[in-house]
Amino acid sequence: MTASPLVGVLALQGDVAEHSAVLDSLGATVRAVRRPEHLEGLQGLVLPGGESTTLSLLLGSSGLFGPLGECLAAGLPVLGTCAGMILLSRQVLDGRADQKSFGAIDIVTRRNAFGRQVESFESTLEVAGLAEPMHAVFIRAPFVESVGEGVEVLATVRRSEGSPRPVVCRQGNVLVAAFHPELSGDDRLHRLLLDRVGERAASAA
Amino acid sequence: MTSTSEANGAASGERGTVRVKRGLAEMLRGGVIMDVVTAEQAKIAEDAGAVSVMALERVPADIRREGGVARMSDPALIGAIQEAVTIPVMAKVRIGHFAEAQILQVLEVDYIDESEVLTPADEAYHIDKWAFSVPFVCGATNLGEALRRISEGAAMIRSKGEAGTGNVVEAVRHLRSILGDIKKIQTADSAERYGWAKQLQAPIDLVEEVARTGRLPVPLFCAGGLATPADATLVMQLGAEAVFVGSGIFKSEDPARRARAIVEATAHYQDAEIVAKVSRGLGAAMPGEEIATLDVKLAERGW
Repeated sequence: MTASPLVGVLALQGDVAEHSAVLDSLGATVRAVRRPEHLEGLQGLVLPGGESTTLSLLLGSSGLFGPLGECLAAGLPVLGTCAGMILLSRQVLDGRADQKSFGAIDIVTRRNAFGRQVESFESTLEVAGLAEPMHAVFIRAPFVESVGEGVEVLATVRRSEGSPRPVVCRQGNVLVAAFHPELSGDDRLHRLLLDRVGERAASAA
Repeated sequence: MTSTSEANGAASGERGTVRVKRGLAEMLRGGVIMDVVTAEQAKIAEDAGAVSVMALERVPADIRREGGVARMSDPALIGAIQEAVTIPVMAKVRIGHFAEAQILQVLEVDYIDESEVLTPADEAYHIDKWAFSVPFVCGATNLGEALRRISEGAAMIRSKGEAGTGNVVEAVRHLRSILGDIKKIQTADSAERYGWAKQLQAPIDLVEEVARTGRLPVPLFCAGGLATPADATLVMQLGAEAVFVGSGIFKSEDPARRARAIVEATAHYQDAEIVAKVSRGLGAAMPGEEIATLDVKLAERGW
């Protein structure tokens, strides 16, 4: 692994700056990804929060959708938060009919699952594998309705009624969160991404 | 703040916090927020890639032409637009009209715009926005106005521009004024920062924060007079973090196409090649007006 891994942040729309700042603080070299050629040589990728309908459309018009999907299929380590999680899902509920997703992780995700902005909330939750609880900011957030075999559920949230819903999941090199670790100054999910980047580089060497 | 959710059956969730309010604005960055007056227009906006729509009864160009008192929209119209789209829905209230804002909070709009485009309801006071769990966006023509609105609880600022004109000159003036003063404050010493607070009529702690971070404490978007993809990329390059397009889309010849072009241009604002491509053959933009010929300057409302 090189001293400073090259990590892309999809920069078509959303809170790109926050993710870039976290990655930068962890010593990664950050590249804004807006065109297919920006994928060249990436060792990891972040799909940020934003509007998933807008991002889906811009992924199509920019020509990124196909090439980015190929990178994911080839095992590029990726972290998706909120809209990023939606884009990585196998299936999206309550989305637009023409909404595209990469199917990089075998989960079914429901958009705006907690309701409108008045239902957005902050909470503290346990994440499997992390020593301390994580402070999580949920903004018009999705949650995971169902997971396929081979998907690890690392954290759940339970509403006042109903069953616990997965909000952090991992399958292979794909890590997703329904909330925004990049907004609460907690870099541990980004560290997990960079760990995978390092492992992949080591196994390739 | 109410407890609404339990994480792993243990911790409780807090709604309406500063982080949650400003957080939604952060998610809209790099996007286009479009004025719509019907559910059909809202669908067109969403299809074109809008990150959010602003539900209102008349676009600013019509308010300007028809005159009369402009008020909060009918809740039935706002409800129909909320039903039509999956993206966040914003709506406007008159400056100082906290009762209209209470209604919009009950309707669960995602952002409330305390807007100079509507006829002001209070000549002395803006709304105490801390009292609401729905976030607010407010207009500003300069840094002092922006910081006063933030001190009242605004979670997003938009430079005002001159709505309904299709003329970007005022948007540029206001954006340059806000960002120019931020740059100056960054080089001011501690004594000068007190002078800035006095001159801007803004709280010293917000002036100190701007000096330290080099940006507003909340996202800064741009509004008022944008009509073309190039207008959007102009203000994004000047430092806006997202754009509002009002009359510019649905007063143009081919709204769907223009909306889509402005979305793509905003996303690729640093890439003139893409902006050139999406700007081709969009049909006529809204006609637009010279600022000097206006009877009413909306940007002068609010203080």
